Order: sequence, then structure tokens, then C-alpha cells
Amino acid sequence: MAIDFSKHTRRGALAVMGVAAAALLTGHAAQAKVEGDTIILGSAISLTGKYSTNGIHAQNGYELAVKRINEMGGVKVDGKSYKLKVVYYDDESTPARGAQLAERLIKQDGVQYMLGPYSSGLTKAIAPISEKYKIPMVEAEGASRSLFTQGYKYLFAVLSTSEQYLASAITLAAEIAEKNGKKPSDVRIAMAFENDPFSQDVRAGVMDDAKKYNMQIVIDDKLPRDLSDMSTTLTKVRAVKPDVLVVSGHSKGAATAARQLAEMKIDTPIVAITHCEAAKIISKFGATTNDILCPTQWAETLSYSGKYFGSAADYDKLFKATYEGYKNVPYQAAQASAAVLVWKDAFERANSLDKDKVRDAIAATDMMTFYGGIKFAPEGNNIAKPMVLRQIQNETLNVVAPSKYASHPVNWPRQVPGS
Amino acid sequence: MLFNLQILIDAPIFNVQLLLNGVTVGAIFALAAYGLALVWGVMNVKNLCQGEFVIMGGYIAYYMYTKGIHPMFALPVAIVLMFMFGWFVYRLVISKVIDRDLFTSLLATFGLAIVLQQALNLIFGPEVVTAESGMANRIILGDVAVQDIRVLSLVVACLLAVAVVVFMKNSRMGQAIRATAQDARAAKVMGIDTDQVYAFTYSLNAAICGAAGVLISMIWVIQPFYGITHSIRAFVIVVAAGLGNLPGVIVAGLGLGVAEQYGGFVLGTDFQQVTVTGLLVVVLVILQILMARHRQVVE
Amino acid sequence: MNTTSSKIILYVGILAVSIVAPYLFPAYALQLAILWIMILFALTWDAMGGQMGYNSLGNIVFFGVGMYISAVAQIGLYFDVGEYTSAYGAIKVDFDYGQYFTGLTLGVIAAAFGAMVVAVAFGRIVLGLRGPYFAIGTLGVALSAGELLGAWEWVGAGSGISMPVYPGDPDDRSLLFYFMCFAAAAATFFFYRWLYTTRFGLALNAIRDDEEKAEAMGIHTVRYKIVNWAMSAFFLGISGAIYGNMIGFIEPLEVAFPTVTFGIFMVLMALMGGKGTLWGPVVGATLFHIIKEVTWTHLLGWQWVALGMLVIIIVVYFPQGIMGWAHDKWPDFFGIEVEEAPAEDIEEAA
Repeated sequence: MAIDFSKHTRRGALAVMGVAAAALLTGHAAQAKVEGDTIILGSAISLTGKYSTNGIHAQNGYELAVKRINEMGGVKVDGKSYKLKVVYYDDESTPARGAQLAERLIKQDGVQYMLGPYSSGLTKAIAPISEKYKIPMVEAEGASRSLFTQGYKYLFAVLSTSEQYLASAITLAAEIAEKNGKKPSDVRIAMAFENDPFSQDVRAGVMDDAKKYNMQIVIDDKLPRDLSDMSTTLTKVRAVKPDVLVVSGHSKGAATAARQLAEMKIDTPIVAITHCEAAKIISKFGATTNDILCPTQWAETLSYSGKYFGSAADYDKLFKATYEGYKNVPYQAAQASAAVLVWKDAFERANSLDKDKVRDAIAATDMMTFYGGIKFAPEGNNIAKPMVLRQIQNETLNVVAPSKYASHPVNWPRQVPGS
Repeated sequence: MLFNLQILIDAPIFNVQLLLNGVTVGAIFALAAYGLALVWGVMNVKNLCQGEFVIMGGYIAYYMYTKGIHPMFALPVAIVLMFMFGWFVYRLVISKVIDRDLFTSLLATFGLAIVLQQALNLIFGPEVVTAESGMANRIILGDVAVQDIRVLSLVVACLLAVAVVVFMKNSRMGQAIRATAQDARAAKVMGIDTDQVYAFTYSLNAAICGAAGVLISMIWVIQPFYGITHSIRAFVIVVAAGLGNLPGVIVAGLGLGVAEQYGGFVLGTDFQQVTVTGLLVVVLVILQILMARHRQVVE
Repeated sequence: MNTTSSKIILYVGILAVSIVAPYLFPAYALQLAILWIMILFALTWDAMGGQMGYNSLGNIVFFGVGMYISAVAQIGLYFDVGEYTSAYGAIKVDFDYGQYFTGLTLGVIAAAFGAMVVAVAFGRIVLGLRGPYFAIGTLGVALSAGELLGAWEWVGAGSGISMPVYPGDPDDRSLLFYFMCFAAAAATFFFYRWLYTTRFGLALNAIRDDEEKAEAMGIHTVRYKIVNWAMSAFFLGISGAIYGNMIGFIEPLEVAFPTVTFGIFMVLMALMGGKGTLWGPVVGATLFHIIKEVTWTHLLGWQWVALGMLVIIIVVYFPQGIMGWAHDKWPDFFGIEVEEAPAEDIEEAA
């Protein structure tokens, strides 16, 4: 097995390495932040790997907004009209790769304006890098509360933070308990959350809400990232009979939960699951998903509207006309489009391409869009838009909470699948 | 954790639920593991893409389901297609590594696993999918959820196992496979085309895995990257049972299925798969102790 | 031109290029730093797989263990780890230079020795296994390790840990990590270069060639195996500590215990270059990393299929590695090519 390396071989090795190193170093010419009349935005996004479905939703959202803005005259800065363009790299759904690619976008491609990746984990990996180089990043897919406690100055998020996902579901449970003559503190909660940064932050939000109402947490399971079976958690649910079951585990958590809830005929009166739309649980499992609560960042039925896409319903229509195969427009795409609108608005208000001036303009954003209001807290999260809670009623999603936005009353108790 | 144990003691009925769920998936694990035992025993190939074959079978069922065909009918289709695929893989890769050191086959099949899972990902996307059987779900004994599809798949798994055993015992090819497993050189001298036997064995394994995949896609969810846990499961079962020990494989398979359910119930669902890898390490440690004791015999 | 002086020229040349590179191409500092990590990976894997014949699929464990040990050490010096990693990341942290470098230094040292301790413990469990059992066993250990750390709330569980932020200028930071990676890889290389000339190195080869006979010859094989594994772990622990700080955000499954990416890359790189040789892993890692960085982002999803095929092709057709294969196949051609290579110019200049 052992090969005796001669002097020649060793020098050959050096030669091979030298040539290869040269190939690496000359492989890419640095791009400028603005090429001619085009402003270049950069994003590492999950085009492959476990987040790629949602990564592609987000990319479609970015592209639709870029196309729309360019069609409507582009971005006007200092009397000149610019087109937008996004440079993408595939982060393969892993934080380490995302961090490397962010560095590559900034240092090798000279990108000065960033759009976010998909998922909180990736955003957590990329935010320190854009912060380090003082490159503003408007992100649309990282909701973790912990992103906004680090004092980042260059990170802005158009979406509502993680603790709001299930807050209305818990409030709803408290209200229902009171209506039935019970105390909110009698409510018992079962939780199953994926072991990833996003879902664990959602869990922390539920824990805080439960504490507020003095509710009791009876099951607190973590779900693995490659979840294929959660029947053990559901067996526990049957054993301890909680009043509320909350599940969060991206699309696969939603799909697995929806399926096994029906299979095991779990009769918990309130069930809330994140990522229902992205997992397409209604078209997959039909009527068995009725009465499941689904928190969402955005719904096409809401009455928001803005200059670029018109109303939420108009966006919905345009998106479906542009991209094939969408029955519901996932909010992941809508918020990605909103992030591009923030950039456009900020360039024009700054009336400059200087990244620090644009950063200050982003911080001062106060606009209305099809996606809802956008106004950033000093920490960078959007405080002008609520999360809404929808319920699957007769296989359609209807907004049931908060009451200001509700179009339908909530069904309680949940109808047990197959009964 | 103690609270969860308490549930099982206070309400023993939930043990029935865990045992039932464990046995129904365990039977499918045992099926895939039997395929591995075959390939390992006959060809001395450690097939690390075992799980990917399973997942491929699952996607065949899923594909037919999306075309409006009941996934149960995917069973014969998956068996035939996977048999052909196994033959193809054998000719392309396995036949080249069969005489080489053991790590080579392990790594080559690992490479194959990467290709297969990524190809599935490109074709079907990374979301979990499931082939709905549309069969009834019921509650028995007050608190135990039973899905008809699980019961049916248990029956099918048993029938398949019996069919394979009968085939190995009675058919010409089955006898040739067993002869080759015992002594490949002697088999060759006796006029058996061992290359053909190897090709057939590997293809048979792929077919068995494909069948297991069809069943798993109907009772769990599948995803392109879930193969590796199925591979690890097959290895745990085979290493624990020993080669050429069919009853052992069945017992170990059912045992693993049940152990996973108990692990998930008591420690939390995220420990369900750690139970598998943890058991692998435990089994290997036991094996190591046995090996040290009988080193001369084993080597 | 004798061998010794050409060797010196080779080393001086590499040293010079390595030192100048991050200044000439600052934009590529991170990619070059990762190249050194890859070289370190391939070398440490080869010490087990190539030199001793124990093909591990789980060496990535020590990388992850080192990463976590250093993170805990760096944070634990100044803060309560549990509070720092709590779900909302409640503490906002600014490390000053003193705190940062004290933490980093101690973190790297702790990672190195911590990983060694873990290697000795695991070694007792798995090093008695032979051949494929060892490979599968180590794979099992690596997969379990990531899952177990992912269940541990105190170190942030699946939410991971945001590492302390370097207090200075980002370009200085890139240089710092580049040189740390370079120093770690160079130390690893020279350590193994020395080790393979010693009696210890010969004993490792003896174990690879026939463990029973080696034992019969009076080599205490268990001790050699554990010590060798612990040394691999030492360097891998260091690389994990550096990598974690360089990436800035660590979490158990994707960053710290990437069993099916880095864990397999290390095997692949060593095989690609030629296992059981000192230079093979270095060449393999360099080629692999460069091919990967240049082509990877352009393959649009097919890169992983290509990677899998690369594994199969290397294993099936080039079991001796590219260098070994080329050397066997066309020794003359290879010699001629070498004469025409830039190495010639360096020699003449000297």
C-alpha cells in the first residue's frame, strides 16, 4: 500500500498544488456593488439540502419583486435610474457554508447590500459576518428572537419574531378556558418542537406565554431534524390528555404531525402547528386537518396594500401567474418580496448608494406594503405587522385571531379526524 | 423522563401501543436487515446504501400514489424495478470492489448512497412525503390506536420473508447462493457461475429493500435523506443477530423497532434515532468483547 | 542538486507562498484557511486509516468535541454558559482584546487536550473492533455524538452557540484565523513527518500489515492504537476550536459534527491523494478543496451527486490515490512533467 515518494513525485505534488492554487485565485474577478446601471444585491440561499423548498420559495419572492421593480422604472437614485439584480449562492442549508458564502459575496464579489438566507440558523451564521463588514442585510426568513438581542446594527428583518408565532394560540386557549368557566391556569399544554434554532425560540416564546397565564406544561418533547415518526409523542398526548398541543418543526414537522394526528385519532381540543402552508398539509391530508390552527406571517386575505404589488390578494394572483405549481402562496415568498421593497425604498430615500447612508435609511423605514406595515425597532425587527392565526375550516385557511383581523370565529373543540 | 416511565406503569395499556407500533415497523426493519445479511454473508459486501434502496422503494410507491394508483400495488413494481436497479449497480460498481478489502466496499457503497439520496432529492425535492393507503384507523382497548395499514404491512412483511426463505431453500438459484456462501471456490469448481450468483444476490437484496420501502412509505413519512438511519438499523440488526441467522434477524428487528419506540417515549422523540446509533455502539462493544475472547476462531 | 537541499527549497517555497498568499489575495483568506483545515483533516485521518489501517468514519467527533470544548472554555471564563446559550441569547457580549485572546488561547489548548481525553475513552470502546466493524462503529459514535450534544440544553442544544466576536477589524480577523489554520496544519504535517520516521511509525505500519504478527512481535498494539488515535484527536480538536471561532456560529449537527460532509471529505481526500503516504493527503486535500471551491457553486444541486460519484470512482478505479496511480502508470511521463514544472525555476534560482 505504502508508496515510496521520490523526489520527483514530491516536486510534482508541489507543481500540481501550485497550478491548482493559481486556478482558485484567478477563478473569480471581483464584481462591483453597482455595475453600470444595475445595483447588485447578494444572497446565500438554500437551493439544495433540507431547506431548499422554502429557500426556493424565498428566491422566487426575491425575483418577483426585482422583476416588478425593474418593470416599474427601477430604483431612482440621484436622478439616475438603476435596475436591481440579485447574486445568489447555494448555501446547501448548512450554517458553515452560509457563513463562508457570505464572506465570499462581500469580499470576493464586492457585494454591499445583502438579502437574507432561509431559516434562523443560517441567518444566525451570516449576521455576524455582514455585521463585521458593516454591510446592511435585510432578511425575510430568520425569525429567531435571539437575532435581535445581539445589538446588530446592520440586520433588519421584515417578519415578526419567533415568540409571536404561537402567542395567539396560547391566548386563544386562555380565552376559551375562561369562556367555559375554567381558569387559564387550568390549561395544560403539550409541546413538540424541532431541535433547531427557530423552533427552539418558538418554544421559548410558548414557555413565556404559559408562565404569563400560569399554565402547566405537561409534555415538552424535542423532535429530531430527520423526523420520520412522532407517534411516541402522540402516545404521550393520549396518555396525559392536554388541552393544547403545539408543534413546530418546519415543513416536515407539520406533515408528520398532521398525518399521525389523524392516524392516531388524537382528540386534543386545540392543536396549533407552524408551517402548515409550506407543508401543504391540506392538499396532502384533506379533511383530517380541519380545525388545526396555523400561525402565519402573512395571508392573502388580509387588507394590506402598497404601491408595488397592490393588495395582498393582487400579490397572490401575480405570484401564481408568474410561478407554476403554487396552490397557496407561502408567506416565505411574500416576505422575501417585501425585503426587496425595503431596499428599493431605502435607496431612494437615502438618494445615495453609500452603504452607510442606505443603512440609516433602512433603519428609518416606515412604509405600507402588500405584506403589511414595515417599521424597524432599534434592534432591527419589524414592529409594524402582527402575526395572524388561521384555522383550517372545511379545508380552507380562515383568519381567526387576533380579533382585529379575524374573518371567522374559531371552531372549538377541534373535530377529531375520522370521527 | 421519570414522569414518562410513570405513565407506562400507571397506565400499562400504553405499553401495548408502543409494542404494537414497534413490532409493525420492526418487521420492516427486519426485512431490510435480512437483505443486508444476505449480501454480507454471501458476497462479504457491507452495503451502506441499504437505506437508500429502502427509500427508493418508498418513492416508487409515492410516485404511483401521486398518479392515483394505490401504493400497495407498488409492491410488485418496486420489487421488479429495484431488482433491475440492483443488477445495474452490481455490474457498474459492486462487481469491481467485491474482491477488494472490506473498507473499499463500505466506502464505495457509501458513495453510492450519497449519489442516490441526492438524485432523489433532485427528482422529488427535500420535503417529507407519504403514500396514503386510505385504510381505516381505529381505537381498540379504549386507548390503543391501530392503523389497518400497519397490520396489513406486518402481514405482507411476513409473507415476503416466507417467500424468500422458500426460494432460498428450494430453487436452483437459492441453492447456488447458499453453496456460494459456504465456499465460493468449491461452488465454482462445481460449475456454479459465482459472478451470476453474486449479481442475483445483490439484486435480490435491492428488491427486498424496495419492498420494505413501499411498506415504510405507507406507515411513516419518507424523505431523500432518511436512508442513512435505515442503513444503520440494518447494520445494528445484522451485527446483533449474526450472519445467516434468520430467526435472529427477525427477533433483533422487532426488538429494535420496540426499543426505538420506548426510547422515544421515555427520553423524548429526538432520542428515537439516538437509540439506534447508541445500540449500534453497544452491540459492537459486546461483539468486541466476544471477538477478543475468540480471536483465533474468528480471524 | 541533492535531495536534502531540494527538500529545503520545497519547504521554504511553500512557507513563502503560504505567508504571502493572504496578503496578496485577502478576499480568499477564508477559503485558504479552510484549505489548511482540510489538509489537517486528511493528515490526521491518514495517520489512522493509511498508516495504521484503521479506517475510521467517525474522526469528525474530535473536531466537534474540540469546537464545543473551546466554546465552553471561552464563554465560561467570563460568563455563565447556561445563561449565555439560553434561548433568547439574553446576554449581549462585547469581548475586549484581553478577554478574547485569553479565551481563544485557553480554548484551543483545552480543545486539544479535551479531544485527546475523549479519544482515549472512545478508543477503549471501539479500537478493539477490526476492519469494517471499526468503520461502522466509529460512524455510529459520530452520529450519536452530534445527537447527544444537540440534546444538551446547557450548551444551547439545537439552537447552537454564537461565538465571541473578534473585537478588532474584520481584515485582521481573517489574517489571524488564516495563520492559526496554517500553523495548525504545518504543525500537524511536521509532527507526522517526524513520527513516521520513528519506531512508533513503523509499529503503526506493522499493525496495518498484520496486527496478529505485530502483537506476536511484542508490540503492545492496544497502546499504540490508542496513542495514535489520541494524537489525531489532539490536532482535530485544535482544528475544531479554530474553525468554530472562524465561522462564528456553532451548532451540533451541521457545524460541529458534519459526519456526511467533513467526516467523509477527510477519508476521500486521503484516498484521493494516496493513503499511507505523507504527501498524499496534502495533495489530495489541496486538489479536492480547490476543485470543490471552483466548481461547487456552479453545479446547482448536482454537486452532491458529483461528490458521490467522485467517491465511487476514486474507490473503484484509483484505490492508490491520484499520485500513487500516476506514479505507477507513467513514471517517466510524471518525471518529465516534473522537470518542466515551476519547481525547476526555483531550483535554478537557488
